[in-house]
Amino acid sequence: MTIYATRTRNARPEPFSVHVGIAERLGLAHMDWPLTIAAVSLVAFSGFVLGEATQSDVPGDPNYFLKRQAIYALLGIVGMVLLTRIDYSRFRELRVGIYTFLCVSISLVFVFGFAARGSRRSFELPFFSFQPSELGKLLLVLALAGFVIDGARRGSEVQRTVRYLCLGLAPAALVFLQPDLGTSLVFGAATLGVMYFGGVPWTHFAVIGAALVALVALVLVAAPAAGVPVLKGYQEERLTSFLSPDEHEAGAGYQQNQSKIATGSGQLTGRGDKATQTRLDFVPERHTDFIFAVIGERYGFMGAAFVLSLYALLFWRALRITTLSKNTYGTLVAGGIAVTLLFQTFVNVGMNLGIMPITGIPLPLMSYGGSSVVATLLAVGVLQSINVQAHLGQRGRFAW
Amino acid sequence: MHLRNDSRPQGSRLSLRVAVMGGIAVALFGILFFRLWNLQVLSGDKYLAEAKNNRTREFKVIAPRGDILDRNGEVLVDNRTSLALQLNTEKLPEDPAEERAELTRLAELAHMTLPKVRRAIEEGEEVAPGAPVTLRRDVGFELIAYIEENQREFPGVTVERVFVRNYPNGTFAAHVLGSVGEIEKEELKEARYKGLEPGDEIGQAGAEYAYDKYLRGEPGRTRIQVNALGQPTPGGELDSTPPTPGDSLKLTIDGDVQTAGEGGLGARGLPGAFISMNIDNGQILAMGSNPTYDPSDLIEPTQAQVNELYRDEVLAPLVNRATEGAYPTGSIFKIITALAALENGIITPDELVQDNGQITVGTETFQNAGGEAHGAVELRRALQVSSDVYFYLLGLDMWKNNDLQEWAHKMGVGRPAGLDLPEEGETLVPDKQWRNQLFKEKLTDRPWSAGDNLQLATGQGDLQTNPLQMALAYAALGNGGKIVTPHVGLEVEDPAGRVLQEFEPKIQRRFHIDPTYRADILEGLHAAAQEGDGTAAGVFGGFPIPIAGKTGTAVRDGHADQSWFAALSPYPNPRIVTIATVEEGGFGAESAAPVVLDILEAIYDKQASGVSSAGGAE
Repeated sequence: MTIYATRTRNARPEPFSVHVGIAERLGLAHMDWPLTIAAVSLVAFSGFVLGEATQSDVPGDPNYFLKRQAIYALLGIVGMVLLTRIDYSRFRELRVGIYTFLCVSISLVFVFGFAARGSRRSFELPFFSFQPSELGKLLLVLALAGFVIDGARRGSEVQRTVRYLCLGLAPAALVFLQPDLGTSLVFGAATLGVMYFGGVPWTHFAVIGAALVALVALVLVAAPAAGVPVLKGYQEERLTSFLSPDEHEAGAGYQQNQSKIATGSGQLTGRGDKATQTRLDFVPERHTDFIFAVIGERYGFMGAAFVLSLYALLFWRALRITTLSKNTYGTLVAGGIAVTLLFQTFVNVGMNLGIMPITGIPLPLMSYGGSSVVATLLAVGVLQSINVQAHLGQRGRFAW
Repeated sequence: MHLRNDSRPQGSRLSLRVAVMGGIAVALFGILFFRLWNLQVLSGDKYLAEAKNNRTREFKVIAPRGDILDRNGEVLVDNRTSLALQLNTEKLPEDPAEERAELTRLAELAHMTLPKVRRAIEEGEEVAPGAPVTLRRDVGFELIAYIEENQREFPGVTVERVFVRNYPNGTFAAHVLGSVGEIEKEELKEARYKGLEPGDEIGQAGAEYAYDKYLRGEPGRTRIQVNALGQPTPGGELDSTPPTPGDSLKLTIDGDVQTAGEGGLGARGLPGAFISMNIDNGQILAMGSNPTYDPSDLIEPTQAQVNELYRDEVLAPLVNRATEGAYPTGSIFKIITALAALENGIITPDELVQDNGQITVGTETFQNAGGEAHGAVELRRALQVSSDVYFYLLGLDMWKNNDLQEWAHKMGVGRPAGLDLPEEGETLVPDKQWRNQLFKEKLTDRPWSAGDNLQLATGQGDLQTNPLQMALAYAALGNGGKIVTPHVGLEVEDPAGRVLQEFEPKIQRRFHIDPTYRADILEGLHAAAQEGDGTAAGVFGGFPIPIAGKTGTAVRDGHADQSWFAALSPYPNPRIVTIATVEEGGFGAESAAPVVLDILEAIYDKQASGVSSAGGAE
């Protein structure tokens, strides 16, 4: 099937669609099943990996991470199914409310947030800590897509581009100040994704790209040279150490070196329970940011490639939904979600493999963490909703 | 571009964007797959090896060095355990200010200065990166207790039990025993230290050096699995090899004889040396040099005065004068002159020579010590009264050829003695070629002359030798032409006392000595030592064991005369050679002979009282 086939009129029935009564009634009849399978497989595999790799992490509770991740996954799947049944178009009308909620919730973290390692990112709730910026990735896409359509006729193209950028970068800046460099980058990617599918001219992207390069140069080279450090020292080291890991063997390059050793040592088929790198704490944050290294070491190339394939499937289905959407809002939302997922996946896996800097971006659906898992599953739910609406709309017009 | 939400997105523009995004995704996933393949499949072996190396840490368990015993089993060197203050630099606080604070506290406790602590850390890091650095040994229990109670203030500080070489008798036999020290960077490259690591202790001198491979032992290793913090994981001991203690070395040295020699020489209060050796097998019963040193001072040189003393070039306490000295010997050399002349047919034992107290060769006059005239003397008498004129004439007869030098070499003078210890000095028997070469290079004012050979014939002039070489020469006379291999290593025993190896070095070479000549010379030496107006009769006249001995009085420029005495005992079938020399000790009988007497008394007292034999002397 051609990924980007244009379907203006008659989409044919999906091969995976199930035309039975119960599915119809639950609103699941027009779900994109490959997307569902990819998402659920990833989160299930995450539970499996956590269950195997973190047995001795929490004394007295070998399944500490597994149990919690399972609960998050269940919550997320329920949310995903609920969202599937809702017409996502409603979110467009709520864009201002969503955007306000997004900014306020992120800001509140500064006041009530729970500080971990010098960074305030989340609220402590009775059952888990809620990190607004994780859900914020989805909220930003939902709101920004609305704004893009809303303002599509106002102002010149340049004005519009600047407006979108400002709308997207405001929450990104808030997150950056928490400080959470990784998530703010994801916000930036989400913004650019929505703009991309919103038809912002190529030339504007070229300018933005050039500006980004200049910014990186300024932040990493010019500003410190001028005595005005923008990034905290550890942030800068993490960003640049991957370029010369041997120099930073004990410092910032340590994690990456260990992660590379872990992944590499998995070879073709993995080391299973003999996976010492990730079992004995050599790889830090192995249940969150470096879970891909765990997979690489325990299950080898076969396991890691399998997981990567699931992400490719996930992305393909998301991209495909942009073309099916019944309206432009759906296209922009799907596109924003797709780009966000692609960005997170590439940066996280690249970081595990030593080709991207350490930015603290979790691997969607795999990394342990309630906010991230639930928010990503909700995003998948929104994708499903777009898919379902596309089919319902068609059925309304062409009954069959 | 205008967006209208109520309609489906505009087809062709969107499809281009989707296609481009799809292309980007294909490229990004392609990069990830390729990288993954590269890491895991292409270089997987390398990373697997790194991972395996990562998770284990090896701890070395130091092996105690073997003991060194004298021939009777008395312990001369063993080990004591000492508490050492060690610092694991990896665990120091990362913050420079905190690190400084901790090091300052530590320096105060260890009675060190902060720069000293830092230097110790730097040096430690250089030789053994990552290994704990030993700051001080022999720390007191109070300090240990304090640090253990306040462990939180001293992250990375540990107290380890280490073995330190112990010399229960201080300076006793120091030059034989030698010393130990940490292996040097250059030494690590040597074949004899293959497999050793920085920080390992090796013998640096004496028997500690020569028999290092037996004494050293094998360190044990414990390999344990550790996590990223370097902490052992539960049940993570992978394997462990216990250390193999070094084997014990039994020396040929007899503690009692050594004590007598050191006592006798020490009583002179002058620099000097002595050696006592079995003439048949080369076993050295006693060997000493004065001034001496305490080997334990070399392990942890803390006192500045000690350091300074040990570096003093004149006193040179670290030098073993018995083997590294370079002196003229005076008249004890005359046995070589006598043998050379007899064997070359220049004289017969009974031939009389007129000794008028002096002879003149060319323009130079050579006279007897003190200018005394001995009248007509034959070989035995010439030896008894030490007539220089008799030997001058022999030297004069041999000055044009190399006979005297050849015999000196034959008997072990002027060439390496083959001692099992590393300390052997340069020596010289002057000859025509040597002198003429110097003259050619304008380093001396004259070529080889008869006078040079006259000087050599009486052990004076440019001759440079040491007690060890003279002992070989006297031993060869005593045993009838065998050059033995002098040695101090007797046998190696395992820690349980079982003999693993005995050292019986071969006779180095043999040459012919006419038995009648040998008997005549010994008779002359016996008379010199114990009869009538023999030069040492005053010292040995009352000694109950018959001996053959010769005094020597060496003339050294810028020094008072050096006293020598060489003895073969018992006479007429000697088993032991004993030689002593005292720098600036005057006539041979004055100070060297009494030292030899002390030694011989110890040897024969022992035999008389039935204690186990010293070197098979009967």
